Amino acid sequence: MSVRRILVANRGEIAMRVIRAARGLGLESVLAASQADLGSLPARYADRTVCIGPARAAQSYLRVDAIVAAALGTGCDAVHPGYGFLSENAALVEACDAAALTFIGPAADQVRDVGDKLRARAIAVRAEVPINPGGAVDSPEAALSLARSVGYPVLLKAVAGGGGRGMKRIDDEAQFGELWTLARAEAQAAFGDARLYLEGFVANGRHIEVQLLGDGERVVHFGERDCSVQRRYQKLVEEACAVDLPAALRDAMRAAAVRFAQSLGYRGAGTVEFLYDADRSAFYFLEMNARIQVEHPVTEAVTGVDLVAAQIAVAGGAPLPFVQERIEFAGHAVECRINAEDAERDFRPNAGTISTAAFPTGPGIRVDTYVESGARVPPYYDSLIAKIVAHGSTRAQALTRMRRALLQCRIEGVVTNLSMQAALMADREFAAGPVTTSFFGRFIAARRDAAPLEEAVPSLA
Amino acid sequence: MSLRHEDVLRILALLDASGFDELRLETSDYKLHVRRGGAAAAAGAHDPPAPLQPVRAESDSGTLAADRVQTEPPARILAPASAPAAPSPTNLIDVTAPLLGTFYASPQPGAPPFVTVGSAVDADTVIGIVEVMKLMNSVCAGARGVVTEFVARDGGLVEFGEVLLRIAPVAT
Repeated sequence: MSVRRILVANRGEIAMRVIRAARGLGLESVLAASQADLGSLPARYADRTVCIGPARAAQSYLRVDAIVAAALGTGCDAVHPGYGFLSENAALVEACDAAALTFIGPAADQVRDVGDKLRARAIAVRAEVPINPGGAVDSPEAALSLARSVGYPVLLKAVAGGGGRGMKRIDDEAQFGELWTLARAEAQAAFGDARLYLEGFVANGRHIEVQLLGDGERVVHFGERDCSVQRRYQKLVEEACAVDLPAALRDAMRAAAVRFAQSLGYRGAGTVEFLYDADRSAFYFLEMNARIQVEHPVTEAVTGVDLVAAQIAVAGGAPLPFVQERIEFAGHAVECRINAEDAERDFRPNAGTISTAAFPTGPGIRVDTYVESGARVPPYYDSLIAKIVAHGSTRAQALTRMRRALLQCRIEGVVTNLSMQAALMADREFAAGPVTTSFFGRFIAARRDAAPLEEAVPSLA
Repeated sequence: MSLRHEDVLRILALLDASGFDELRLETSDYKLHVRRGGAAAAAGAHDPPAPLQPVRAESDSGTLAADRVQTEPPARILAPASAPAAPSPTNLIDVTAPLLGTFYASPQPGAPPFVTVGSAVDADTVIGIVEVMKLMNSVCAGARGVVTEFVARDGGLVEFGEVLLRIAPVAT
């Protein structure tokens, strides 16, 4: 069944992105918005907007019944979940199936398979995808003995987790008892599931992920992204493709990702994340994300493919319009996430009204955003307000274009991380590239030392 | 579609005859918000505590004049619970929101509030929390004194600089 009218069950820049893709395909879009977002740019850009509940996500964007009712009530035949919120929630997929709505994403069992980290590890083993040594641990004693055989430092992770939440690094046995209890409590609180697993910690790692698209029969990849610039497991800068990877290793990583998704008969857009251990020239499976990701535009820049449009096409039952051999990579792309966060004050998020928003233009520059002058950044959701993507024939050219673009960008009324991103793009270590996941902590510490905070700044606990 | 004075009267009559306390009507041209006299604000409402008129009607076409609606007996429609407080008497200190966000008067749902009217506070006494994008920011009194008035609503949206509560200063 082909898709005609899509309910966009999300907000912010990804809502804009999906509406734009729908319009490009000649499809109608209906935005499901909370009360706080009824005046937003996507609410005005969509063909129609319906209110699905109060500002709080738990009463709107996270309500499966409200989303399905909104889709049916507005005559939609498909639901696009974006990222975050209900994008990887099997209950929404099942509710869409039951209501004969096309869910633009994978099947419910595929969402479940990759959402459970232990199940995903087992799938990786079966698909001969390398995994980091470790495993499930159901008692502190079992964890302790596994940690000894893996070797410190180790990571304790929530089985149901994601996005770095409920993750604890343990450097030695003295810390074990306390961090075990804390990790379990956090996992229970955040995911309603206290199960943990343990794996070796890679000190000098790069976060590399492979973009995939499947139609249920065939899976193709669109190369990889390097997302090693992270703060507390939150990505800040992403690039495509990854630089300085041995060719054989790059090929092996791409092939492993395809094998993983192929073994599930995967349908839709997805990403397999790997940790690349630069010291040992080895890579390990981290997890698979069963959704479109924030950083997908860098892949679109180097491949020329509209991933969201392709996602909608395969969800409607069309076979993949791509042959692996014909997917080509041109140049290099970088994305900077512009967040409403004060980098000088421990990245404290802030909300408010944007008095001025002037985004960069020019060759090789793309901006995905939901704000404009006068727009409101509500305090209820995440702090991402814009993504600036620079594409060039080389990494050096992409970085030059990004530096120029960041200088042209003006956002006033809320505090953003723009100047931090500009400094990051000018950083010598980053510009030389590639960096590992430990880079950003060092970068921020050096910046803090260079410009100490004034004493007069009022402090908040 | 325009909304005429008679339409509003009919809507009010319908509301009066119904079992509902509150009605919100919103189209691309106008917004109408009426509330039955004495009805408390709905629990967990998330309106910004903006200074609402007894009846707020906005119209691009200007068909509906707000002053005409206000000729209705005021008892029928009550100002919202979060009506702006009167300007602070000069001897009181305003404790304001340091950030735009959701204000919480107690550390967790169901727990007793940090402070109540009559509480003695010091400059570093935590009086509430402003949640912004899942980050909890403690708000301190900023001055020594006694809480005389609680202005912000627990769980409501507060704007940057909005008064949360007032303190009668005590000399140190």
